[in-house]
Amino acid sequence: MSCVETIQAYAFRSIGFGERLLPKGEYTLCEHFTLIGSGMIWNIYFGFVALLTGFFFAVALAVGKNSANPAWRKPAEWFIFIFRGSPLFIQFFFAYACFLNLKGVSSFFDPFTSAWLGALIVLFCNTAAYSGEIFYGALLSVPKGDIEAADAYGMTGWKRFRRITFPTMMRLAWPAYTNEAIFLFHATTLVFFSGFPAWRQKGDALYYASYFADKTFNPFVPYPILAFYFILLTLVIILLFGFVNRQLNRHLPQERREKIRWRANLIR
Amino acid sequence: MKSLILGTAALALTAGMGLADTVRMGTEGAYAPWNFVNDAGEIDGFERELGDELCKRAELTCEWVKNDWDSIIPNLVSGNYDTIIAGMSITDERDEVIDFTQAYTPPDPSAYVALSADVDLAGGVVAAQATTIQAGFIADQGWTLVEFATPEETVAAVRNGEADAVLADKSFLDSVIGDGLVMLERQEALGGGVGMGVRESDQELRGKFDAAIQSMKDDGSLNALIAKWEVSSQW
Amino acid sequence: MFSYCTDPSTLEGLSWLSCYLTTGKHVNLYISVIVVLTLLAITAPTALLFGFGAASAARSQFLPLRWFGKGYTSIVRGVPDIAFFLFFVIALDQAFEWMRHKVKCPDWDQPIRQGIDFVVCDAAKLPLSSSPQWVHETYGFFLAVLTFSIVFGAFAANVLYGAMQAVPRAQIETAEAYGMSNRQAFWRILVPQMWVYALPGLSNLWMVLIKATPLLFLLGVEDIVYWARELGGTKAAKFTAYPHPNWHVWYFAALLVFYLCFTKVSEVVLGRIMARLTKGQATAAGEAQRKAAA
Repeated sequence: MSCVETIQAYAFRSIGFGERLLPKGEYTLCEHFTLIGSGMIWNIYFGFVALLTGFFFAVALAVGKNSANPAWRKPAEWFIFIFRGSPLFIQFFFAYACFLNLKGVSSFFDPFTSAWLGALIVLFCNTAAYSGEIFYGALLSVPKGDIEAADAYGMTGWKRFRRITFPTMMRLAWPAYTNEAIFLFHATTLVFFSGFPAWRQKGDALYYASYFADKTFNPFVPYPILAFYFILLTLVIILLFGFVNRQLNRHLPQERREKIRWRANLIR
Repeated sequence: MKSLILGTAALALTAGMGLADTVRMGTEGAYAPWNFVNDAGEIDGFERELGDELCKRAELTCEWVKNDWDSIIPNLVSGNYDTIIAGMSITDERDEVIDFTQAYTPPDPSAYVALSADVDLAGGVVAAQATTIQAGFIADQGWTLVEFATPEETVAAVRNGEADAVLADKSFLDSVIGDGLVMLERQEALGGGVGMGVRESDQELRGKFDAAIQSMKDDGSLNALIAKWEVSSQW
Repeated sequence: MFSYCTDPSTLEGLSWLSCYLTTGKHVNLYISVIVVLTLLAITAPTALLFGFGAASAARSQFLPLRWFGKGYTSIVRGVPDIAFFLFFVIALDQAFEWMRHKVKCPDWDQPIRQGIDFVVCDAAKLPLSSSPQWVHETYGFFLAVLTFSIVFGAFAANVLYGAMQAVPRAQIETAEAYGMSNRQAFWRILVPQMWVYALPGLSNLWMVLIKATPLLFLLGVEDIVYWARELGGTKAAKFTAYPHPNWHVWYFAALLVFYLCFTKVSEVVLGRIMARLTKGQATAAGEAQRKAAA
């Protein structure tokens, strides 16, 4: 099979399109790159969706943890503590066991034992807890003067949060949040490695990398390829987040921008 | 000429030293009854007894080492231990990378376990441990395959209805049936017998173990050991 | 362990449990807790050292050194630790053996790579194949420490680099005004002041490091999670005196409690260190501390 044919056959194998059987016999470099790259679809899906949805929950958690009312503060504190304090694979284990039991209760829970939903929920909670802590730290560092200025303009409640507190909090938290995004994408490799079952040999990049490592008994080819893809992905994340960072800080004069960057670096 | 003789002498000397060295036996320690960790925390099982006996017959000092299954071959070829004795079936793919002694057990068929004996394999979901020969076989058949990281999870999946049946080595499944689980009539012959893996560059060691296995086959002690641990059919 | 444990099948309730929890296998679990804690205790300072080296290199005037510092941090940070662990230890081990081989057996004429086999002379083996098992385990342990330190050193370098940048420029300028050389300003002014900026990032890294310990079994170290998985699995009466069904839930629940407690203790200790470091520093928190005391 030529490399173009391989790409046609396996580029979307991880989501069930193309050749049904995984490559056998030769295991060319092209097959390595195509199939592991195909698996990256899952890593990007998990990371992207969890990050996007987790963002909103994280903001809610940060505000909750900062709240004076214990009815809001306590649950937020405990949620953050439990998800930040335990290894991800234990979270996967308990989530899977829990979803299996719920499945017996109602057929509504059927999709929850599949990775696309079940693992996504765990990753969502996980990233929400980590980001929530980052945002909370940033919230504490919002300059008092900003809030006082808002008060002076007669802004209160939601309006003050939306116009003043939230943007400043984002600016402060952004570099640490970038790191969290990188960690989250790395964590997606654990989904099929120790957590959720792989159906019809549809798995993520690490699943296919270990498939090749298991067939060729040579770890020095597939895992570095996997590493290569992740370095690329990390670069893209840093670029995108850097772009947002510039947008967040574009109203500040040049040297103050620098300052914010240093300051924000110490939150996480 | 003199230096040449000296060279051979040195070579003979190092070879002699090689004999006195310990042979490190790599195993997984998580695959009862073949090899597992007993209550005392030591490696136990069919292969422990077999390995100790083989070392005695080949007059080698042996030491047992545990290694994760996924990296058991890379660590052998990298020289971290000298043999693999871990219930490893002799397959063509493995044989290309490492060498095997002759098989010490006949091929162990793979069997299915399900909640009822009349399960539809082709239309249902079949579980297997990820990246095993069984997983490859189910994929080849075009059935719906679901892979779990450990054998224990595959059986649990059948119990809780995630999968309709599980395909695994018969000797392993023998220990899990009962309590609602039944073994199907149908069996598959996958892979060859089980042998000891050695590095391709280590033919001397392979020869010694080969001879020791042969002597155990000849005097019937191997069959007795197989019967004791119920790992497979006898020779 | 206890005298009444000779026939566990006759025991029940607490006495059964007391025997069960003191089998040799469980002792291995307890030992692994110590191993993991020791590993963390050694890895943290080593990774900090690597990070400090890389961060200083990244600030160096000397271009290749700067490239090395930046390259190391960005590449290693880009790779998921799990992917790194899956091939790096073997590579590291082979690299060490190859170097020893070059030194100890200069007149070896066979190739090092024979097919996929990696063959070095007997004297170059690390550790020697004749050495006892504990030497092998210790060696494996240090390989794991080194690998962990390399990975987390890259993250630490990132944090320390940021912290070095965060020390107000005016402080360095003052040092220069007093006639300090670059080196003096770095060691006497920058390094003592950067820790307060680095600590939040480093504490977070410590939390991530704690949670990376379940990956130790990939590096050949039998950690708590490995033993919990092993002990929790279904045990048939044929192979053990303590048969039980699948108890993973209980073992993992115990692990959960262990990790949560560990996190809590770390948070408290790190909070104290932060309070101490903040003392007398020219930061908002330092200012607040001063006011509170006054």
